[in-house]
Amino acid sequence: MSRIGLFRTLVIVGLVGLIEVLCRTGVIDNFTMPPPSRIAKDLQHIVVTGKFNAAIAKTLSSAAIAFAAAVVAGIVAGVLFHSTPRLRRALDPIFATYYAIPVLAFYPLLIIIFGLGDVPKIIIAFMLGVVAVILNTLNGLDRVPPVLAKTARVARLGRVGTALKVTLPSAAPYVLTGVKFAVAYALIGIIGSEFVMSTDGVGFEIAFAYNNFDNATMYPLILLVMIVSIAVNLVLTFWEKRLLIRRGLR
Amino acid sequence: MSEQHDLTAHVGLRGVTKVFRGADGAPSVHALGPIDLDLRRGEFFAVVGPSGCGKSTLLEVLAGLSQVSEGNVLIEGKPVGGDIMDGVGVVFQEDACLPWLTVYDNIAFGLMQTDTSRAEIATRVESALTMTGLSGFAGSYPAQLSGGMRQRVCIARTLVLQPRLILLDEPFGALDQQTRLLMGEELLRLWRATGATIFLITHALDEAAMLADRIGIMSARPGRLLEILETGWSRDRDSRLVETAEFGAVTARLWQVLRGESMKSINRDGARA
Ligand SMILES: Nc1ncnc2c1ncn2[C@@H]1O[C@H](COP(=O)(O)OP(=O)(O)OP(=O)(O)O)[C@@H](O)[C@H]1O
Ligand SMILES: [Mg+2]
Repeated sequence: MSRIGLFRTLVIVGLVGLIEVLCRTGVIDNFTMPPPSRIAKDLQHIVVTGKFNAAIAKTLSSAAIAFAAAVVAGIVAGVLFHSTPRLRRALDPIFATYYAIPVLAFYPLLIIIFGLGDVPKIIIAFMLGVVAVILNTLNGLDRVPPVLAKTARVARLGRVGTALKVTLPSAAPYVLTGVKFAVAYALIGIIGSEFVMSTDGVGFEIAFAYNNFDNATMYPLILLVMIVSIAVNLVLTFWEKRLLIRRGLR
Repeated sequence: MSEQHDLTAHVGLRGVTKVFRGADGAPSVHALGPIDLDLRRGEFFAVVGPSGCGKSTLLEVLAGLSQVSEGNVLIEGKPVGGDIMDGVGVVFQEDACLPWLTVYDNIAFGLMQTDTSRAEIATRVESALTMTGLSGFAGSYPAQLSGGMRQRVCIARTLVLQPRLILLDEPFGALDQQTRLLMGEELLRLWRATGATIFLITHALDEAAMLADRIGIMSARPGRLLEILETGWSRDRDSRLVETAEFGAVTARLWQVLRGESMKSINRDGARA
């Protein structure tokens, strides 16, 4: 492990250890938060009994759908806007202010339109993620060296072939940044919506446990969400690193 | 334009002019021409000229990557306009390696877009690897290579397509002097073996003098042909030419014509900067 990696691990272990001590000595009382070791044990119990498997599956599958849709639509739209500068210029102000809009505020409206099911949640998560993918794809496409575009023309590639075989691969490191955002936004969108209003999913279970002072369920589920999000991000970061090393950018 | 095309020529340019229209109020740039030029089938033609005189612009026009503002270009009797013609290969001035592909896949890239069989692609790529001295690097990525090696990858990528007309824009610009001479010899060998017509842009006068049958000397921007110099070398020449008195005479003549033009271009660009 590198020195910085070691330092990072020490900081995390230290923080968790500190919380453990604070909980065990009663500085943080157990009704507020159980000690981390307890949370880990409760999570193990949840996983072994499979009590929340249905909720976990629901949340993860919804997030996966929203994520995949945001990535595909975001990349396609990015390529389209890049090749149509006028359209891009027209939409620029929308992109620039997009993340100032609290997308979750549309959730009740979506429930009215689609009913209280998976669709409104997935739309929220999609809306959060797709623009990050579009903006990063555009950023990457802007940086494709002109000589590579010429190379595509010399190879007689059409628009689709050029995008798939030359410009998108060239922009891949930037597109990947957008993809990482899409993962985070998919989870935030789905779990956030489940918190606010829904009948199932991990977010719903967390909110339900919260209302019933059920710390033995609430904290382990929060931990689970964190683990999933960090794991997916680690995989993407690993992939990104390999890609950058291969291109001599790291 | 004024003159008729010579239909026995491989490439013919008549009154070729390129003006870049300035976008958003920027002034237009008259980059090139008018140029009249015929390339004979199978000849080795080099172009020299001061920096920024429009050499790359001329190459892009020939490659069909850039539309002429006036005049016309015929390749094998067919008008060039907006698209690359059959049997034309291009090596660009900039590094055009695809960094996410291995050397092998980079070289195979153009061929993969055609309906050439896998086996045929493998044979051609292997021989191009050998010819460009990259045999040990088939599995490497461009980032692991030197600038000169990357340029050789781009040359190999063009060669595997077996073009009848090869356009090269300062392909040896990134190479040291020794490798440059050896690559030049390699290019001569290839030219003899394939019978292709070669159009080579270079800023190295000795390179032009050693390699070419004819050398077009361009003026400062807007680039026109000031003179076309016949070298009169035999087909089986190699780098030992540089020891001869005739070689000295050719480079001397090139410099004589170019010196004033280069001063012009430096003074103008210098004054603007
Ligand atoms: N797309 C473009 N738009 C506007 N001006 C351009 C464009 N491309 C080239 N030019 C201008 O045309 C002129 C000729 O450029 P070109 O690249 O053909 O020169 P060159 O002879 O190849 O130069 P070098 O020796 O530096 O490679 C330059 O003044 C350049 O600024
Ligand atoms: Mg140039």
